[in-house]
Parts: sequence; C-alpha cells; structure tokens
Amino acid sequence: MTIKFDNIYIKDKAVGGGPFIKDGPIKKYLNFKYEDFLDGENSYEECEIKELERVINIIRERNNIDLVISSDLSNQLMISNVANRRIGLPYLGLYNACASFCEEIIVASSLLKNRNIKNVLITTSSHNLTSERNFRYPTEYGSLKKDYQTFTVTSQTGMLLSKEKTNLKIECATIGRVIDYGIKDSNDMGSVMAPACAYTLYEHLKDTNRTIEDYDLILTGDLGKYGKEIFKELVLEEYGIKLNNYDDTACLIYNKEDNRVLAGGSGISCMPTYFLTKVIDRFNKKEIKNVLLLATGALFNTTLVNHKMAIPSICHAVSVVRE
Amino acid sequence: MNNKKYKRLTKKYLPRKLNIKNLLYAFVSGGLLGLLGQVLIKVYSMAPTISNIEAGNLMMVTLIFLASLFTGLGFFDNLIDLFKAGIIIPITGFAHSTTSSAMEYRKEGLTSGIGANIFKLSGSVILYGIVSAYLFGIIRYVFFGG
Repeated sequence: MTIKFDNIYIKDKAVGGGPFIKDGPIKKYLNFKYEDFLDGENSYEECEIKELERVINIIRERNNIDLVISSDLSNQLMISNVANRRIGLPYLGLYNACASFCEEIIVASSLLKNRNIKNVLITTSSHNLTSERNFRYPTEYGSLKKDYQTFTVTSQTGMLLSKEKTNLKIECATIGRVIDYGIKDSNDMGSVMAPACAYTLYEHLKDTNRTIEDYDLILTGDLGKYGKEIFKELVLEEYGIKLNNYDDTACLIYNKEDNRVLAGGSGISCMPTYFLTKVIDRFNKKEIKNVLLLATGALFNTTLVNHKMAIPSICHAVSVVRE
Repeated sequence: MNNKKYKRLTKKYLPRKLNIKNLLYAFVSGGLLGLLGQVLIKVYSMAPTISNIEAGNLMMVTLIFLASLFTGLGFFDNLIDLFKAGIIIPITGFAHSTTSSAMEYRKEGLTSGIGANIFKLSGSVILYGIVSAYLFGIIRYVFFGG
C-alpha cells in the first residue's frame, strides 16, 4: 500500500539528546543536551516528559502548530500524554513501537490534506532507563547483556510538517504489514524486524516502479549491527535486491568504539534523531537528493514475551526528496 | 522463506563466541568472594560466644548487607558488568536483585510498590529454595532417618 503526497514539506525540527547521544557523532546538531538520565527530576519518567516538552516548546515558539502527534515507548503513551496535557494543543497519540516515526509522518501527511490543518508537529521520545524498566529489568539491576542486544536511545525529537513549501518534501509512503518469522527472543530485535523491513522495501519498490539505485540513501531504523547483516542477506535471497547506499541508524547514532552500547541504538527516537540531524544536514549541503526511510518496530509487550509467543514486527517506508 | 530457514540465516550472523575472558573473571572473582566468606567465618568464630554455625550465618548477613549497600550506592551493576557470574551466583546476586527491585518501585509506595515488587526477581529463588528444602528434608528423613 503506497500513498503519494503532493504538497507536504518539512518546515522545522528540534532534537534534544541525553547521555551517550550528546557525546555521539551527531552532538553538534542538537538543539539542547542534558547531562544525565534524571536531569534534575525525581524520576526518569519525569525527566523524559520534561525534555519532550522542551522540544515541543522550541518549535512552538517559531511556528503555529495546529495538531501534535506523539509517540513514545512507555505503557499507554504515558510520556506523550502528560507532556501534551501541559502543552495543551490538539493531540493524537500513536504507537507502532520504533516504526512510529514513519507512521506519524503518514498520518500527519494524510491529515494535512484537510483545509483547516496547516501545520502538524510529530514528536518522538525515548529514554534508555524508562524503556529498560518497561521492557526488561529494574534500572539498578546488573543483568547480563547479550552482544546482540541494542541500547535504547535517550533523545526527544520534533518535526513540523506543513503545506508551506520548503526544500524538503515528503514524497510518498508505503504502509507495511505485521509480520513474524517465529523469533521469540526479545533481546534479538534485529532478527525480529528484518523480515518486516525487507517486505516493506520490496513492496515500496514494486509499487513505485523504482530500483535501489533511485535512492541516494536508504536508512533502516534500529536493526543493529547484526540485524543489518541479516536484513541484507534476507532481501537478497528473498527478493533479489542487492543493497548499496544502505545503512542502519542504530549503527550510526553512537560512537563506534563505545562497546557499552552493544549492537547499537534502538528506540522510537533512534531513526528521527539521526534523520533530523545528520541526514537533514547532508540534504542542506546538497550531498544527497532523496532518502528512503524504513522505520522498523517490534510490536511486543512483556506479556507477549512471557507467554513465549512469536514477536510480530512492522515497517513503514517514507521517501523524502530535496527540491 | 519459512521460519526454520530464517532461523538458520539469523544464526549465521548472531555472535555465538564462548567468552574465555568472562569465564576467567567469573572464576577468579567467585573464588575471591568464597575466600572472603571463609575469612569472615574465621574472624567471627574467634569471638568466644559465637559458634561456627553462627559465624557462617553472620558471614552471609555481612555479604548480603554489602551487596545491598553497593547496589544502593549505585555501583554494584558495574561490578556485575565486570565479574558477571562470579558475583551473581553467590548470595550477593540474590541481595542485589532484591535491593534493585525495591529501589525501582520505591516511588510507587511502601505497600503496592516496595512490598509487592521487592521479590520480583528473587521471588523464585525463595520459593524453589523452600520447596527443595522441604523435598530434600523429607527424602533425608525417610531414607536416612533424619
């Protein structure tokens, strides 16, 4: 299922980064940084809410916002809900795990077809320790980590989509399907998400009659160091697509020599943080002309994992073009 | 591609190496912890009013206290990153998992937070510890006369 958009543009953006991100390769593009996981608050959740509010306020000061669409990894979108209560704008909460960024673009772009909606802000938020508590163990617990586990990104992003013409256009999007290939290990997110990602890439190229060479850069969300290789082999074997110009944001968001981050980044903010900083910068420097974003999400909660069910995953694709 | 074939594909790329360094660290740190325990027993039993069995109990209380304290001070998880099973398998790991759960749920109140969640990770150790103690106690009583 591929949808074309005619007049949707990226008007503004803001990114705030916490520990690990603020020292990583994208540090110079951040709007603000915070030094530790609490940033002066009483709990990690309150810290995450505060930073999300900061991101929204930065964009709000510069623009009119008609609607906010938010997503995060806490149960029932607690972070987005509380931040938006304080912001007080019309609000939609969406959840597709780490595929939410592309999902939000698709929903926002479709809503922008209405005459009375002019600017839609989409936000993402993730925090290493709130997700650790939500999906794994208590934060002080020194659990033994597997090498292929990913390390949730601590950052908040906001991107304003508008009908007002700018140099970056949301050109089209492909909505993926929920897929599982029987993987049950919630530590091995790369293997869980690679099939959904391969399927959406194939569907996108088929629907648009394009080839891999039509894109200057293809970015997947958070497959991680090992998931990336699995994905490459899977698309080649299953769909006969040989990837070049391809990278995974999980492998780019942290310093390469830091082995505390294991297989790389993950979380809702992983892809948008990299996209809104480094990729937009490359767009502005005219190094690239079009990018295909493949945001991947593993759709599980702890009940599903504890019941030993196969973990479903989804991937949505969005194509962004410089005009 | 079917699930089986895909599983084989993922196996090809996922790291599976046996980490000799981890084994060595765990072996040495576990041994040192055992040595510390033994030293503590010897020290405690030097007091004239403390028997050997009581000294053993005191040693365990000391290790539990230290592990909980270090967890509370926030650096025990870093020690685990380094020594792994060497300090998880002994009673220090049990104390650590209990304390970290208590800290995590402190914000949710004394009853529904700490009370309900303190044994979240270590609960199964307690349950199966008691069950197996009963079981082996019965076996000992029946076959070996108590």
